[in-house]
Amino acid sequence: MEDWILVRFGEITVKGRNRNRFEELMLTRIKQALASFQGLTYDKTYGRLYIKLNGESFERVAERLKDVFGIVSFSPAVRTANDLAAIREAALHVMRELDPPPRTFKVSVKRALKTFPHPSREMNHLVGAHVLRNTPDLRVDVHHPDVELKVDIRPEGTFVHCRTVPAAGGFPLGMNGKALLLLSGGIDSPVAGWMAMRKGLELEAVHFHSYPYTSEQSKEKVIALAQRLAYYGGNLKLHLVPFTELQTRLAQTGYEHLMITLMRRSMLRIAERLAERRGALAIVTGDSLGQVASQTLASMNVIGRVTTLPLLRPLVTMDKIDIIRMAERIGTYETSILPYEDCCTLFVPKSPATNPNLRIVERAERSLGDDLERLIGEAVEGTETLELTEAGPVNAAAAGEERWF
Amino acid sequence: MSDRTADILYFDHSASTPPYEQVVRTVAEVMAAHYANPGALHRAGGEAQKLVEKARAAVAERLGAKPQEVVFTSGGTESNNLAIKGTVWNAGRRSKHVITTAVEHASVYQCVRQLEEMGVAVTILPVDGDGRVSPEQVRAAVRDDTVLVSVMHVNNETGAIQPIREIGAALADCPHVRFHVDGVQAIGKVPVAWKEWGVDLYTGSAHKFRGPRGVGFLLVREGVRIAPLNAGGGQEHGLRSGTPNLPGIVATAQALRLAMEGAEARRARWSALRRRILEGIRQIPELVYNGAEREDWQAPHIVNFSYPGMRPEVLVHMLEKHGILVSTQSACSSRSLKPSRVLKAMGFDDARASGSIRISMGDEHDEAAVELLLERLKKAVAELKPLEKRAKPR
Repeated sequence: MEDWILVRFGEITVKGRNRNRFEELMLTRIKQALASFQGLTYDKTYGRLYIKLNGESFERVAERLKDVFGIVSFSPAVRTANDLAAIREAALHVMRELDPPPRTFKVSVKRALKTFPHPSREMNHLVGAHVLRNTPDLRVDVHHPDVELKVDIRPEGTFVHCRTVPAAGGFPLGMNGKALLLLSGGIDSPVAGWMAMRKGLELEAVHFHSYPYTSEQSKEKVIALAQRLAYYGGNLKLHLVPFTELQTRLAQTGYEHLMITLMRRSMLRIAERLAERRGALAIVTGDSLGQVASQTLASMNVIGRVTTLPLLRPLVTMDKIDIIRMAERIGTYETSILPYEDCCTLFVPKSPATNPNLRIVERAERSLGDDLERLIGEAVEGTETLELTEAGPVNAAAAGEERWF
Repeated sequence: MSDRTADILYFDHSASTPPYEQVVRTVAEVMAAHYANPGALHRAGGEAQKLVEKARAAVAERLGAKPQEVVFTSGGTESNNLAIKGTVWNAGRRSKHVITTAVEHASVYQCVRQLEEMGVAVTILPVDGDGRVSPEQVRAAVRDDTVLVSVMHVNNETGAIQPIREIGAALADCPHVRFHVDGVQAIGKVPVAWKEWGVDLYTGSAHKFRGPRGVGFLLVREGVRIAPLNAGGGQEHGLRSGTPNLPGIVATAQALRLAMEGAEARRARWSALRRRILEGIRQIPELVYNGAEREDWQAPHIVNFSYPGMRPEVLVHMLEKHGILVSTQSACSSRSLKPSRVLKAMGFDDARASGSIRISMGDEHDEAAVELLLERLKKAVAELKPLEKRAKPR
């Protein structure tokens, strides 16, 4: 009897050659995520992955595994030889480990190995009777059992399990290409990033900062958020764009109520250039329809025109309360609500336009002459890139600190 | 007198441990480099804050916690007080009941006594001859107004391991009861799976695993609310105001890593040495072992024995003369010469409970050290034997 984890993949619609790619990528992502558990060994068969615990704690591995994209669910399982006596022992063992002990149960045997001498229905009885005989106060209930004891008899061995842990679902990261995430310090954009990653998009994040108008802490806050996304993504590049000069120049145009529209348009222009450099094919934003002035349909229309890249808005139809719940679940909420100014809030006009006029916006930008193009170029050139791994940022300063830990 | 030379054997690790060399260096380096207040707005403050968070994440990872579940404190005593009073105060003004055991460390026992004086109902559970509390008794003591059960993981005098997993399971159907475990003597010595065991609050102290003094932590399971004891600037998620002890905190994360790496090999080594010490003690007829026979009920690094009828400090001084440092009872209470509360709770008479000695091992001990310890112990007992009557506890 050995302790394993049985991992189930999702997206059964993925077929053919894509299926192989899906499974290969899945295995790579799982191994990356579980790299710190050095005892684990892996056994992949078509459509399933088995992880042998070799003494590692299931609970701790599960804690990490549930956040790996592409996994639908997994189960702690006991693996035995395809032998009746061994299977019965394993079944009893699994039942006895349950805490608190169940009052009712049923056995569900699946016999994928057709050469196994006992058919499924007979096995249900053979296994169930053995468990009943050896467990006082336990009854069978085929309709509403406390525990469904599952026995999978397969060519590679028999797996006995009774607990299914739901996981993140979606596609393995990178399956569907690369996009750029506009990451502010707020609640929405990290959630949008998580949802995009869940759908198999590899992300790089872009943040616009207005140092010294914004503090060092607001930058740290964004790094902390990106760090959390790096936990889900294995690693993540964070591009920090200096936005102060452009922002100050935009403020001088005198169109105060259009300030946000103007800033967002320039941010998209900068993001598009970075996307081109990084080989990203889309821009992901945390826009949610009608939430703030820049997220009305009219604003989205005027702002989105500056780029030809697809703008992906995973949150566009979501309610704020659901976004907040999701932020809490993925562990970004606490950081998002830290009270540091981000670059937008300082230049927020008293009454921002909810229905900006495209012609006036274009006139405002024309009034800047060559400055607009020059400042956008400077912002792109001045961009600083941090590489975040699951463990923390990769940089020279931190390397000196390593000896303290 | 001849034995009192340079080769002093320190067998008092449960009182405090010699810090790792790199831990001492880390304290000095961080202290010199990061003097800014982690709460300050400037870059230097930000860097200090980052280090605190890095240490928090490192401690969390080693103990199967989330970073936000780690609250740094000034040590085990503060963590225990925060867990217990914090839980009781958070419960508001309704009637409250706290359950603990007769063998807890003073920082739990006296804390609960203090609450009792303030009107909190208290149940102190007995232990058996092995020093263990029964999970059934814990469950049976729970009332509607019970807010907290506090049971230590490893006893600081005898090394008895309490059935924490079983108590956690017994309390599974009492969602209104918080479960606190004082793990000060357990971390690095026995496996700690606090979350899997249903523990809500878990106490640790750095200087017990070769970290710096003045640093401890309380693990607070996500969703568990406790009231802070210190009012102030709201540091440590508002649970422990006060400027964080940055050098100590960083060094604690380092010491914890060193203590957890290779913990299993260390356990195996200590277990073998412990067996040898037990065997040696059994060969000295004056001495009697205090603890369970079952090895999995005892921490691997502690042996407690009594010389009934002998005042323990006489034995401590005699052993010290022979170059061996040990404690009577726990270091914190050994200055009082009262019988050990822990041993009394185990059902031993005053003579046995007053004359106890605790040997606690660390990384530096090997078979040679243990042989030397036993040899000198034998010598000390032989020297004391004629004095038995005069050295009786009064």
